[in-house]
Amino acid sequence: MKNKKVKVEEAVSKNGNGRRRFLKMSGLAVAGTGLLIGCSDDDDFNPENGGGPDPDPDPDPEPFDLGSGNLGILNYAYALEQLEAAFYQQVLDGSYWMNAESGEKQFIEDVRNHEVIHRDFFKTAINAAVSDPTLVLPQLDFDFSSVDFGSRSAVLGTSVVLEDTGVKAYNGAGKLIDVSDQAGVTYLNLAGKIVSVEARHASRFRNYVNPGSTAFANDDVLTSIDGVGPAFDKALMPSEILGAVDNTGFVTTEFTATNLPTE
Amino acid sequence: MNFSKILNSLSDKEFLEKKGSRRNSFEQFKKFGKGAAIASIPFGLAATSKSTKAATASMFNMSSAAVQQNATDVLNFALTLEYLEKAFYLQGLDSGVIPTGSDEDIFMKISEHENDHVAFLEGALGEDAIDEPEFDFTADGTFDPFNVYAQFLALSQGFEDTGVRAYKGQAGALANNNTLLEYALQIHSVEARHAAQVRFMRGQKPYITQNNYDSGFPAAAGDPIYAGEQNTTQGGVELAGLFDDFGGADGVTEAFDEPLTKDEVLAIGGLFIV
Repeated sequence: MKNKKVKVEEAVSKNGNGRRRFLKMSGLAVAGTGLLIGCSDDDDFNPENGGGPDPDPDPDPEPFDLGSGNLGILNYAYALEQLEAAFYQQVLDGSYWMNAESGEKQFIEDVRNHEVIHRDFFKTAINAAVSDPTLVLPQLDFDFSSVDFGSRSAVLGTSVVLEDTGVKAYNGAGKLIDVSDQAGVTYLNLAGKIVSVEARHASRFRNYVNPGSTAFANDDVLTSIDGVGPAFDKALMPSEILGAVDNTGFVTTEFTATNLPTE
Repeated sequence: MNFSKILNSLSDKEFLEKKGSRRNSFEQFKKFGKGAAIASIPFGLAATSKSTKAATASMFNMSSAAVQQNATDVLNFALTLEYLEKAFYLQGLDSGVIPTGSDEDIFMKISEHENDHVAFLEGALGEDAIDEPEFDFTADGTFDPFNVYAQFLALSQGFEDTGVRAYKGQAGALANNNTLLEYALQIHSVEARHAAQVRFMRGQKPYITQNNYDSGFPAAAGDPIYAGEQNTTQGGVELAGLFDDFGGADGVTEAFDEPLTKDEVLAIGGLFIV
């Protein structure tokens, strides 16, 4: 593991508006998230201490990087599923859901179940795929305090955003999967099996927000290809998706995505 | 297929930990159309009909399934399904079976999308596009979708759920063409939005539980359309017993949509092709 000693002052000044951002595409990180990555043998060499060992455990741990190649893509998907699962778990702890109409209530519980299944599936899959467990994205921390879980419109609105984002993310990630071996083909097929379920979720949530309308698949959410449409879901690159997720403020664990495939 | 075995066998650590290698670019597949088709099929046999495939297969003494499916084949397969959906919705809207108001608005939107999907695929294929088949949505008198709205809705759900599974089943075939793979994914998720919407209109959950379909759904279509959706093994891992507090096996089957092979889809579509 590289020892990129973090210049905390530099990171903070770049983030001068004070808003915490989890994602540092440049590899710098903001200190103080409490997420420690086991890298202790590298801590022995610290140029800022004149080459001697750190007296204390590294207070500015290097953030987790999603990784490269298919590992990176799997961790990316795992991150998004963690986010969704955590959100819906909070929804189920909230007063809107407790008092929701029974069909709606069951639907949201089902969605929570599906996202937990997706999340745990990725955790198992990635752990099975690597020999070094520190390469698996750790459990992320979230902060949903900006969402009023007592409000139907807030919960449904946020759900729409998360599900639409999931669709765009999976659609954009497909081509990034290296299918030169059977494992990659398996990952592509798995991503395919999941994305349509996210789209079903998105469609249904959009319908709840705007019943009797075409919101399930309207011109807001779809896009055109070669001038034909809008009739296609968007497909976005991880940098765009992670940037959007970052903007929500929901994810409070720092991680980086500097090595993901770009084609 | 044991998931961890496959993954471990790929010198796991080295494979996954190295920087993502640039995929070998099958450059001839980046541009679909006449050139690509001829480059990949022996003796320039660009037709995709069963008889041609069988003839080719016997010529080379291999099973027909082994005759390489190229991008043109996949796109024409997709186009067949989109022709079917386009025709179904146009006929439905024209017949008056759809109630005016929000139902009609919804099916007009779905119809618009299917028209666009056809236009897009026809454009992509150019002169390699197959001709539109002739459809009979009564399946030779079995159904009455343009007089009985419940039947129209049921067939719509069936076509959309089949469309999702059909595109999904072709992801592997398109995997070496980034552009086409992405286009297919972008259509695939829209079909899933459609499916969820129509299922809702029929009082069904938006996703598929086990291989279930409701009693209002004709079994002749339901059985093949939902076959295999009860699968609970993903990537070689049996998930059924692991999520008792999260929907159990039902939840597991809902969380993943399953592909259909081209032959399975054509068998379903074939019910409606004259």
